[in-house]
Order: sequence, then C-alpha cells, then structure tokens
Amino acid sequence: MIPFTIDGQLVEGREGGNVLEVALDAGIEIPHLCYNESVKPYGACRLCLVEVERHGRSRMTASCTYPVQEGIEVFTMSEKVLRARRMIIELLLAMCPGDKLIQDMAKELGVNQVRFKQEDKDCILCGLCARVCEEVVGAHAIQFAFRGDRREMIAPFQGEAMNCIACGACVVICPVDVIKMKEQGDERTIVRWKRTLKMKQCKVCGNYFAPHFQLEKFKEKAKLPKDFFDVCYTCRS
Amino acid sequence: MGRLSSPQELEKYGNEILSARDPNQAFITVCGGTGCHASGCHAVVDAFKKVIQEKAKGNGVGLRVTGCHGFCERGPLVVIYPQKILYQKVKPEDASRIFQETVLKGRILENLVYEHPTTGEKIVAEEDVPFYKKQMRIIFGNNGNIDPTSIEDYIAVGGYRALAKALFSMTPEQVISEVKKANLRGRGGGGFPAGLKWEQCRNAPGDIKYVICNADEGDPGAYMDRSLLEGNPHSVLEGMVIGAYAIGAHEGYVFVRHEYPLAVVNIGIAIQQARESGLLGKDILGSGFDFDVKISRGGGAFVAGESTALMATIEGNVGEPRAKHIHTVISGLWDRPSNLNNVETWANVPLIINQGADWYTQIGTEGSKGTKIFSLVGKVNNTGLVEVPMGITLREIVYDIGGGIPEGKKFKAVQTGGPSGGCIPESLIDLPVDFDRLTEVGSMMGSGGMIVMDESTCMVDVAKYFMNFLKDESCGKCTSCREGTKRMHEILTEISEGRGKPEHIDLLEELGWVTAEASLCALGGTAPNPALSTIKYFRHEYEEHILNKRCPAKVCRALLQYKILSDVCTSCGRCAKACPVEAITGVQKTKKEKGKPFRIDPKKCIQCGMCFESCKFEAIEVQ
Repeated sequence: MIPFTIDGQLVEGREGGNVLEVALDAGIEIPHLCYNESVKPYGACRLCLVEVERHGRSRMTASCTYPVQEGIEVFTMSEKVLRARRMIIELLLAMCPGDKLIQDMAKELGVNQVRFKQEDKDCILCGLCARVCEEVVGAHAIQFAFRGDRREMIAPFQGEAMNCIACGACVVICPVDVIKMKEQGDERTIVRWKRTLKMKQCKVCGNYFAPHFQLEKFKEKAKLPKDFFDVCYTCRS
Repeated sequence: MGRLSSPQELEKYGNEILSARDPNQAFITVCGGTGCHASGCHAVVDAFKKVIQEKAKGNGVGLRVTGCHGFCERGPLVVIYPQKILYQKVKPEDASRIFQETVLKGRILENLVYEHPTTGEKIVAEEDVPFYKKQMRIIFGNNGNIDPTSIEDYIAVGGYRALAKALFSMTPEQVISEVKKANLRGRGGGGFPAGLKWEQCRNAPGDIKYVICNADEGDPGAYMDRSLLEGNPHSVLEGMVIGAYAIGAHEGYVFVRHEYPLAVVNIGIAIQQARESGLLGKDILGSGFDFDVKISRGGGAFVAGESTALMATIEGNVGEPRAKHIHTVISGLWDRPSNLNNVETWANVPLIINQGADWYTQIGTEGSKGTKIFSLVGKVNNTGLVEVPMGITLREIVYDIGGGIPEGKKFKAVQTGGPSGGCIPESLIDLPVDFDRLTEVGSMMGSGGMIVMDESTCMVDVAKYFMNFLKDESCGKCTSCREGTKRMHEILTEISEGRGKPEHIDLLEELGWVTAEASLCALGGTAPNPALSTIKYFRHEYEEHILNKRCPAKVCRALLQYKILSDVCTSCGRCAKACPVEAITGVQKTKKEKGKPFRIDPKKCIQCGMCFESCKFEAIEVQ
C-alpha cells in the first residue's frame, strides 16, 4: 500500500489506484458526478478537483484520474479548489437547471445564483451510461457524438440504439436520473435510446422478466444452455 | 537508383547526381506551394513547359516545381537560376518573355521584379528582398531548391547524410545527447525539450515503441507544417528515422490531416521512395536497423493535435485527450512508449546531427535555440511564411520582414500562438520572440501562428472570433472547457452586441481562470488566452463597448450608428435605394427640384453599411 495524506490525514492507496477512491474509502467527501467505482475513471465533470502537492510543486487536478503516489499531499478544500468547484457547478446548473442533484450540490457549495443564460438540457454529459454499457455490459449501444458545446450522448445516428439490450444499467448509473425505463405488458422501453424490446415470460410464475434480445445475448456470451432462461431469476432461486 | 546498402553508396549516389548537374545551367523554378497554387501557379508551370518544349527542344533548360518559398503574398513566385532572379506575381502569359529575355539573354524584366514599397527600388535577387533578408532559412530554405517528389533532389542538397552519420558513427545515446545539447524544444507549441523526451522514451520499459510525427496543424491561418510536409517531406522523414534509431523504435506514424491533400500525397511519395532506396524499412543503409512509417489521416478536429487525443485517433477512437499523469513516453499509443514530435521539430533533427549542437546553439536565445517558422498573416504587407532566429523582435518581424501595415494604418497588436494564444500590444513590440518571453506576456509560441492587427481591428471582436473557434473545437469532455468556452463566447457576444454589463469583465476573468485551471488538456488550459490577454492589454476597449456602447474600431455592427451629414448630402437618393429595410427617407432631387437631404431612422437601421458603401459624396458617417 502507498501512503500519502489527504487534508493532513494519513491514508493508504493501492498501486494503480486513484486519489478519489482512497478519499471516499477514508470517509473524506469530495463532490463528484462522472466517477463510479464500477467503471474506469474518466475525468469529465471536473468537480472532484483537488490540489496536489508533489516535490514542492502544487497543481489543481481531478482526483479521479490522479494516480496514488507516495508522499503526495492532497488538499480537497483549498480556496482555489472551492473557487473552481463553485464555478463548475454554476456552469452545470446553467446547463441543466432542472436536475435535482445539481440543484442540491450547488446549494451545498454555496452557489445561489446563476450568472449565465439558463438552458433546458437534462444530461450533464458525464458519460457514465456509455461507459457502463461498454465496460460492464459490453453492449456498446450508445456513445458521445459531436464536439464542443454540441456534444451529446446519443444512440447511433440519433435513432434507435440497435445494440441496446435494455438491461437498464445506464438507467441505474445515471447520476441525474434522466434515462428512464418503462415496462408495459410484455414490452420494456429505454425511453432515451428509443429502444423497445419484447420480454420473455417465466414458465413458472408467468411474469415478464427480461427482454428476449438481452437473454439471447447473455446465452451467447456465457455459452449457456438453450433453456437456461426459461425460468425467471426469482423462480430459479 | 536501386537500394542503397551502405553510407558509401549514398555518398557515391549523391556525387553522381551532383556531377550530372551543371551548376551554371539555366533553370526555372516555380513555387508549387499551397499559396502559389491558389494564385494560379499551375497554369504558369504549364506555360513554361510549353515554352521550353517549343523553344528549347530539351536543350538544357530545367524546370522545377518546388515547395512553398514563403512569400505567398507575391505568388506565383518564379526564381531563375543560376542568377537567382526573383519574379513575382507571374502570369502564364509572362512565361514566353521570361524564357526569351531572362533565360536566354540574361535580361531582367523590370515589371516582374520586386519593388520596395517605400523606396521604389527594384530588387532582382531573391536573397536581397527585405522579406527574405532578415530571415534565417535553415529549415525552410531548401523548400525552394528541391522538387518535393524527388528523392534525388533531397539527396543532392545533402539529404540523408545525417541519417548515415547517426547510424554509422553515433550510438543512440550519442544522438540523444547531441539533441539534448542542442536544446531543441518542441515546435508544436509545448516547447518541451525533445532530447529529454527521447531519452525518457528510450529508457521506458517495453520492446515495442512508437515514433509519431504530429502534422495535425489546426490553427486558423497557420500553414508552416503543411508547407514543410508538402515542400520537403524527406527532411521530416529523415528526422523521424534518426529519432527512431535514438529511441529504439521500429514503427512510426505520420498523423496528417486529410484537409492537407498535397501533404498527404507528398509524404506518401517520400515514404515510398525512401523505402525503395533502402532509407526506410528493413536494414536501413545496411546498418541492420529497421524502421517503417505509416500515414494516419486525421479528420480535421483541432483537438486531435493534442498528443493523447492524436494517439486515440490513430487507435481508431474518438480524438479525446486523456489524463497524462503517466506520460505518453511511458504509455502512449496502444499503451506503449511513444514519442511524438511536431513536423518542424523533426525537420530540425537532421540539421543538428549534420552540423552539431555547438553550431545549432549559436542561434537563438538562452532558453530557445535555433529558428522558428511563423505564419505571418493579417494586416501586414508581406504575408507568408517566415523563418527567423529565436530572439528576433516582433518589430523586426512585422516591419522589416513583414513590410509594416498596409494602407498606412497604425499597428495595434499581434496575436501569436494560434487561437489559444494571446494578443501582444504595441507597447511590447520590441519583445524578443522565444518560448519563455511569449509566455511571460500572456501569450505563447504555439505552433507559430502570427496574426497582425491594425487600428481597424476590434479586440472584443477578435476575442469573440477565437472563442467561437475554441468552443466549437473543444472536444467537450471537461465541463470547465466545454461550458467555460461556450459561456465566454456568449458574454463576448453580449458585449459586442451592446448588451454588455460592467460585471462581465470580472466574470470573463473568473471563467477564464477556471477553464484554464480545471480542464484536462492544453486546449482548455490555454483557451481563455484570447479573452484574458485582450482584457489585460485592451481593457479600455471592453469598457467602451460596455459603458458607452461604442466600438472604437467600428467593427461591432450592433454598436455602430450611421448618420447622413445633411450639409454634404446631395439628395441623390442612392442610399435610400440601397437600404434593404427602407430606413432612409428624404426628397430626391430632380431636374427641376433641389430635393431635401436624406435621413436615416436609427430605429429601423440594421447597421448593414449598404448606404455607406453606396454614397459617392462621403455624406455618410459611422460612429
């Protein structure tokens, strides 16, 4: 384990780990949006900024992508950090004024007014949905498109996400809860990706429990027997 | 020529080429660079071909289409050898006369010779033209001497001798030590010492290493790298092979944007020729060292020039930068040690190996050695590419080389470093140009863009223009960069359209600070520069826009007021006809009636300027 300090407190991190995960494990709260331990750090939201002092030189950096190193001194609440963090949350709030989480975080950081023209977007472009879809699910159904202020998270060509298995991982991971899933009868829809799939009925309880397309993918990937998903998870256990 | 399998064979081949060429032979070179291409050089080339075929019947008059000479303002350029007579703005119909008079009889055609704009003196020889006189064209100079598609031409001017020297009389460590001693700093903008980078990459663990040439030049108005790759691709390639030898890499990439078609073609030809000549590929020059290069074409995103984004693009991913806490020399392309340098940096390498670090370090300043190629554009008489020793002052570049400001207007500022560089005001015009001094004054070297601005340039408008570029070209990953540049652009637009508020200047500065400090890559890190540097040096212009709703340079349309001077107006009615929104009224004069002066209704006026353009009597005033 590699020792270093966060706000003066001695902590230890694993080789190859990042500063944010160590801080969170040690109970030191650093606000963050695009970080989730189930996927690789990305460093997009910039809220988890900290000041790191190394070899006598100090710099501001995102803690989620900063690798644990021996002897570094991390400051999570320095004046510079707070100043930058406040502006970043204000920028996010101006972009997505309706997101409850952003509103709460802004309040917590002491940001009470927005000095920019308000937009009416909902997605904060953290990229967690695409990363979980790629790294954990392996479906690669959605991705960022366009550059700069036109950046958007979309299904290919803004149509239906043809690779989406409607597993709902993106729904769960989205920090601002703007990816909605609907189930009606034998259909499940991931609204944002315009994806509707027919669901399979459990041979025992008769409930619709998961999309056919998803179960076929799982069977193919894990080389499961043909009748493996004839019974739902609940009835099987 | 077959494969060259030893340095002796290269030398012998070089001598054969030279001895077959008569240095006193009449020779016509036409610049085939992009600038001259745009002004019609290919028609000139065709005309010369026809004339030579008809008149000389192949008896010893050579014609060569070369790379960019740099003096693009005066293109198409033609230089007649052996006297090195420079003809400028040559048209196809001049070809026959040039051939008859100058090539055959040695007579000078006065109308095609460069005329000094102030003294009126006719200057015949290329090297005497003030534009070239203060330059030091050690990297760029050969562009005018060689046909970029001919490896013979490159070998004839001493090409690939540095490679032979490195492979056969230097160890990789010695090559690195020479480049370190020369203190060659990255010409792509970062200014990082190239030798140190090479050493780190050489020492990085791993068998497979990559050498990359960054030819993703994306600054608006900058075309140094383009012209080098188009005009002298072998020099870049030779630098790369030497670098690969020093680092221990066997594979390389040239990442060049697809919008540079001629550069893509010419570097492709150069790679093919070098392979066939045994100067690239397996067992280079019989040394046992293997190295080959592939071309990777970029789609044109500005951010793809950032090293990690560039590597992501070569891998086939979206060009998005990633954190560099582990440097690319350790883990870059496909997570292997990768050494990336810019086109111009690579082109410096053969020179350093050939002439030695001691010679090289005589040029330049304490911290910045050698020369730098700038693309000198904007409100300056001689636009084009200039190569100058580091440490030359901005004044020398703008006035001595650039020939000053056109139409007798007043110099205002020079913007260096591309879109995310800064504007340097007149008070700093005697600043010596090098990496550190430009950074000190809030601008940067960047890849070498240099845009001259005169009194008719509005600095708020300039900041808005560059911020618009940056907000479009940010990859959009970091909130601070994507939203920061967007909001800075929004505020600058408000100011330029008369909706500026006093607190906007502070807000711009705060946004600029966060964008620079919080963003991941150098694009975000430098993106606020256009706004911050103009606020720093031209705050009064911002205040004029915000407080008095006036644009002193009369550029920001929404702030302009058009007025008709009733005592000058002849009531001709031309302006009223030109006005697209019927904002001008009056009584037009007829043969019988005198008419009444016209008036502009400011409420209806959309500040399009049509009336101003149409008035023949200077009766319309802009405020």
